[in-house]
Order: sequence, then C-alpha cells, then structure tokens
Amino acid sequence: MKKLLITTAALAVSASAAMAQDVIRMGTEGAYPPWNFINDSGEIDGFERELGDELCARAELTCEWVSNDWDSIIPNLVSGNYDTIIAGMSITDERDEVIDFTQAYTPPDPSAYLATSEDVDIEGGVIAAQTNTIQAAFIAEQGWSLLEFATPEETIAAVRDGEADAVLADMSFLAAAAAEDADLMLLERTEMIGGGVGMGLRESDAELREKFDAAIQSMKDDGTLNEMITKWEVSTTW
Amino acid sequence: MFTYCTDPDTLEGLAWLACYLTTGKHMLFYVSFGTVLVLLAITAPVALAFGFLGAIAARSRFAPLSVLGRIYIAMVRGVPDIVYFMFFVIALDQGLEWIRHKVKCPDWDQPIRQGNDFIVCSAAKLPLSSSAQFWHELYNFSLAVFTFGIVFGAFAGNVLQGAMRAVPRAQLETAEAYGMTPRQSFWRILVPQMWTYALPGLSNLWMILIKATPLLFLLGVEDIVYWARELGGTANPRFTAYPHGDWRMWYFLALLVFYLAFTKVSEVVLARITKRLSHGQATLGGVKQARAA
Repeated sequence: MKKLLITTAALAVSASAAMAQDVIRMGTEGAYPPWNFINDSGEIDGFERELGDELCARAELTCEWVSNDWDSIIPNLVSGNYDTIIAGMSITDERDEVIDFTQAYTPPDPSAYLATSEDVDIEGGVIAAQTNTIQAAFIAEQGWSLLEFATPEETIAAVRDGEADAVLADMSFLAAAAAEDADLMLLERTEMIGGGVGMGLRESDAELREKFDAAIQSMKDDGTLNEMITKWEVSTTW
Repeated sequence: MFTYCTDPDTLEGLAWLACYLTTGKHMLFYVSFGTVLVLLAITAPVALAFGFLGAIAARSRFAPLSVLGRIYIAMVRGVPDIVYFMFFVIALDQGLEWIRHKVKCPDWDQPIRQGNDFIVCSAAKLPLSSSAQFWHELYNFSLAVFTFGIVFGAFAGNVLQGAMRAVPRAQLETAEAYGMTPRQSFWRILVPQMWTYALPGLSNLWMILIKATPLLFLLGVEDIVYWARELGGTANPRFTAYPHGDWRMWYFLALLVFYLAFTKVSEVVLARITKRLSHGQATLGGVKQARAA
C-alpha cells in the first residue's frame, strides 16, 4: 500500500514536472582529491561532497551519492543512471552540447604542470593528462605529445616513473600531490583553460538545474561557498 | 576495528598495518572478492544452461530452431566480449526501462529520446531512483551475470555441440535397437556420455571466465581491480589517516596471487571430475582406468 502511494505520488508529480523525482542521485568520480575522493571508511568525501550535501539541503532535495568511472560519467548521466555530475568538471562548449551545466561553483582557474624538475621541455616532451579532460584536449590542440590515462592517480605515477615528463591538471589536485612528495614540483608555467567548474545535468532537466543554480547563488551570496573553497583549497575564491 | 586504532599517527609496524588493513575501505575490498566468487558461482551454471539450450537448438531437426541456435553460437563467438559488455548492458537496461515505461506510464506524452537523453517516467526507472544503492548494485550485478551468461553460453554451446557429436554413434544405434525413442536415447545415452568429451573444453572456458571477471568493472560493479587501484594509489596525508606512497604494485600482486591460487584450486577440482567422468568410458582415460583396476 505504501509503495502504491509513493508510486502514485511520483506519477502525480511527474505529470506536472518531467524530472520530478524523490531522490536525486549525485554522480562523482571519487578519485580526484581534494575535489572528490573515497575516504578511509569507504565513503565519498571531499569539497564536492560537502558542497553537494549543502546544495541539496538548500534546494530541499534528498540526495544519494554514486561513484562512477570518469570515462563513462557523461554517458551514464544521459542514460539516466544518476541525475547530476558533480566531479570537478569544467564547463566547456563541447560538453555543453551533450549535457547542461549549472552556473560555475568555482571560478576559472589556470591548470598547472607537475614535473620532477624545473627545466622540463613542455613543448618537446611527453605530457600526461587524464582522458576526456580539458587538459588532454588542450595538449592535443597544441600538437604536443600527449599520454592519456583513465585515472588522475595514474598520470602522476607516470611522471614518477619517468614515462611522462610532466602532468597537466587542475592546480589544486597537483598541489596536493606535490606537497606530499619531495621529488615532485609545480612548474611556474600555467595554462588558462576551461570556464570554471559546474554541475552537469541532462538537458531535459531544466527544472532541477534551476534549483541547483539558485542554491549555488545563495551560497555565493552568503559567503559559505568561499569558505568551503578555502577550507578544501580547491581554487581561488569568488 | 581494533580499539587501539583511534589514533593511527602514533602506531608503528604491525599495529599500524593491522589498523590500515581493517579500514572501512579495505572491508569493501574484501567484500569485492566475495562479489567475484558469487559472480562465478552464478555465471557458470547460467552459461552452461545457455550453452546447453544453444547446442540442443543447433542440433534440432526443426530447421528454424537449428538456424537460431547456430546463429547464436556463431555470432556471439565472433564478436569481441568487450563489445557485448559495452553494447548489451546499455541496450538491455534501456530496453527494460522502455517496456516498463510503456506499461506503467501509458499517458506520458513526451518523447523518450530527447537528443542525447533517454527519459522514462520515474516510475519506470530500473531500479527506482528512490531505492537504496544496494539495489542499484544488485541490478548492475544481475546485468553482468546475464551478459557473462550469454557470452560464455555461446562458447559452452559450441563445446557441447562438439561433445554430442563425439559420443560414438554405435551407442545411439544400440539405444535405438532397444526401442528407445529419440528423446529417451538423448537423455539416457547421449547426455550422460557427452560430459567426458565436453569437460576439457568446459574447463578451458571456466579458466577464461575466471580471468574475465575484471570486466565487471566496465559494468560499474566495483570489483577487486577497482579497489586494488583505488587503495594502492598514493594516499595523501591530507585526506587519510593512513598515508602511503604508490602501493598499487603490492595490491595487484595480491590479485595475482588470488587468481593463481583460484586457478590452481580449479585445476585440482576439474582433474578430479575428469577422473570420475571417464570411469567406464570408451575413451583413453577410461580404458587406462579399467586396465589399472
């Protein structure tokens, strides 16, 4: 009976709004600290976990977290396995053709290089990047030698092993890795690519996007978003 | 887990390791070994059933059924597994949701495909987006079992078809001479005798199936390979109480040992079954056994 009631309720709501659901499933990668990662107890943690929970609270939504491989994170969103992508995804025109984005929750930040020595020849060397990222697209565009990996962790391991000369990725991710390993350092050169990080949603989910947009705006207005960014050291503040 | 694990920074050596290896994350790793074993335990009979049906169909004297069986065996064997895992799972998932959508929301007026998006009403979602994560995982797991069953069933079908042909014709002729119907001679003479011919091929398939389980990761099931990669990756002190360097090699070594041990156990068990099945058979193994006795 209870189940029947819930189903009818869901039907009634979905009749008025195409995307209405009782639970919003939040998709993330879980391998990109400090943005998102799996903590010691096996749960999704990080800047985006805290941000996502706060956004759901403000938008009065019930949210559940799901981790998904980066490679298939967009296909699984459009086929409906979860409802949002909140995984440090930069807003780009190519992605915008396939999915929709909320307004950015972190400002556009330069991408940085991580290498084992200061005097790496970026343009002539081999640069590692994660597949399907703005950084990989950037290197390919420049015509440099690009070495792609499925996970962010592998890109750094490639530099340690000498397989690649440098990694190009978000500065916050590389800074966290460099802080812990004395052999790795950030280069002074940075690249201004990408248009800030936002939440990805299906193009047909306009109403859900508006809810999250409003929640992000309210966090920007009362300064809580900046506090969170500073706490996790993910980017510059607004 | 242990009481002394509350402050990992103060621990050293074995105590640290004991605490490290019992974090919630590691527990998920251990559970995933169970996932793989359960997958194998369910997939093997499912694949064998698919194979048996395929082989029977291919042998059928009713032409359409025979063609269907042969197409199944030939087609699945000819296409790389990974294509099935990418295509079949998405198609199956969307197909099931489409049927549920048609049944549960008949008065839905919007198109299901909107550009790239696949939209069904929320009551048709499989599993419902309101159901716990466990059901989502179980659903993915079932899709995985089904896909593995289809793919390995085709190979098993080919093996069984060959095995049925290998049973000496004289055996069946004798059955006919005794007045058995085709159905009786199939179930009482052919099926019991074919296993000894099928076993080498089937044990080969079993070994390949064991090695194919990392494909689970492609289907979104967090299997042992996923956790080995995740746990072995550099652990930054900012994000964990148990920082360490790149330990992926050790985790993958553990997987290597697991797979080797598992194939060894399988070999021992399969050798025993072979011995048992060749008892009293007119095969090389059976004749040897009879002479020794």
